[in-house]
Amino acid sequence: MKVAIIQSKPRKGDVDSNLTDLGAAFAQIAGTSETYDLVVAPEAALTGYFLEGAVYERAFEAETLAQILADLWRENAGTARAPVDIVLGFYENAAGTYYNSALYLHVEPDAHRIVHVHRKMFLPTYGVFDEERFLSRGRRLQAFDTRFGRMAILICEDAWHAIMPMLAAIKGARVLIVPSASPGRGLAEGGELESVLHWRNVLRSYAVEHGVFVLYAGLAGFEGGKGMTGSSSVIDPFGDTIVAAPALGTHLISASIELSDIDVARARLPLLGDLSAVLPDLLLDAELMPYVSPASALKS
Amino acid sequence: MTTLLPVIEAPRYRPPVLEIDASLTAEWLVAFLQDELVGRRGIRNAVLGLSGGVDSAVVAFLAARALGPEHVHCIRMPYKTSSPDSLADAQAVIDALGCDVRTIEITAAVDGYLQFEPDADARRRGNVMARTRMLVLFDQSSKLTALPIGTGNKTERLLGYFTWHADDSPPVNPIGDLFKTQVWQLARYLGVPARIVDKAPSADLEANQTDEGDLGITYLQADRILELILSGRADEHIVARGFAPSDVALVRRRVEGTHWKRHLPTTAMLSNTAINEFYLRPVDY
Repeated sequence: MKVAIIQSKPRKGDVDSNLTDLGAAFAQIAGTSETYDLVVAPEAALTGYFLEGAVYERAFEAETLAQILADLWRENAGTARAPVDIVLGFYENAAGTYYNSALYLHVEPDAHRIVHVHRKMFLPTYGVFDEERFLSRGRRLQAFDTRFGRMAILICEDAWHAIMPMLAAIKGARVLIVPSASPGRGLAEGGELESVLHWRNVLRSYAVEHGVFVLYAGLAGFEGGKGMTGSSSVIDPFGDTIVAAPALGTHLISASIELSDIDVARARLPLLGDLSAVLPDLLLDAELMPYVSPASALKS
Repeated sequence: MTTLLPVIEAPRYRPPVLEIDASLTAEWLVAFLQDELVGRRGIRNAVLGLSGGVDSAVVAFLAARALGPEHVHCIRMPYKTSSPDSLADAQAVIDALGCDVRTIEITAAVDGYLQFEPDADARRRGNVMARTRMLVLFDQSSKLTALPIGTGNKTERLLGYFTWHADDSPPVNPIGDLFKTQVWQLARYLGVPARIVDKAPSADLEANQTDEGDLGITYLQADRILELILSGRADEHIVARGFAPSDVALVRRRVEGTHWKRHLPTTAMLSNTAINEFYLRPVDY
């Protein structure tokens, strides 16, 4: 499976211009000798992340965006370069309720299909973040079937909660796609921002623990002084980062991944299988198996 | 006889971290300036007031890296009482970078007003000088099609040690989230002449004035205390870590007495569309 991740730097709120840039990236991807199966773009890729009240002016209905992206691919990549799957983060207008969403789209030469829309569940609303002031939170974490097997999408803070990749993997996801927009912070010694380091640590730990590929698409560029930390990457199910972009600037990263690595990794370290067996007990132990602790059985 | 286990004791407190990765910081701030000026505004030139101090020197070095020295216009704006050393130190920056420089003395403009206010004390006079310098900088900005770049650091912003709507008025500031001690680290990395980094910081609004004399605390102590205050630590905790109660109280008082200086003017809200209350748009939209 051939994957491309577009690390983009959108102009704030300028959808037309950002679509032009995305189309150029599509053309670049299609212009290579290889056939790409999946193209991933970051969170809020067509607008920039910090929109405040302008989010209502720059939100798309998923069906409308699907049509735009399918047309954009065909115009810039050509119908000969289909089928292709595209994942892109966007602000969604769902009949007047607004979400921070990501679309998984399948594009054929003459047709397209929305495979899945994930609505961000954890809306950061602290410090520099203000998402829940403007957006509603998604209510469902769903693993969904693609032509490359089952996947799940986690948007930015969704992936800072270990339970999210865990549940996604339990639900059968073998690939985690993480569109993100992460404003960088933390300048202590070490050669990279502390927030970038944290991202890499959590993503690698998820990949190893659950035996999944992680495709991380980071937004880049400064938004009102806040620098988005790019650092798009592909992490294999052994926890190795097989390709990564720097924090700054626009990039296209590319990887050929062997989905059978997932089976090899899980056979070597069967933690997900163990978790599947034990999880019901963890979640239901009080109801199913009353447990007497040694402390309560103190003998005189 | 029992052998005692060797004890490894965790340190009670981790010291407040003020060290920065200067290389990473410089790279980040250069990208910031390029995105803000060229990317967002399509402006290739910067203009800044070069005082001879370390803050404006660091900003000049960053701007020269981001835009090329030929696109950085440094303006020296001495008043008649300004130290000659300040002009010379500013010249050292110019010599190191090869950027454009102009000296525009503000004495006539400042005194043109102050002749009507002969009783103005040093603080008022200093404020008039700071605001006059911004008047010059913004006019030069218009003339040169160059964006004014701010040079205020995080310490002075937090302590309120600046003139409101003067030092803080340029639309872009690369060092406003760096404490003074961090600006010094960055200055050494960037190659700012040592005499500028090592000299006692001064607003140079009065003879023999120093920042630390004005503030009543060293920058190192102030920065450590500020870092703890901003991290949410109570005064008792900071004192327990060994800081003098008088220093903690001084810093706390200055921070809490100057929140207004870090905001835009207070506007009476009357509608459901009040700007920045209901009508919310980011600065780069």
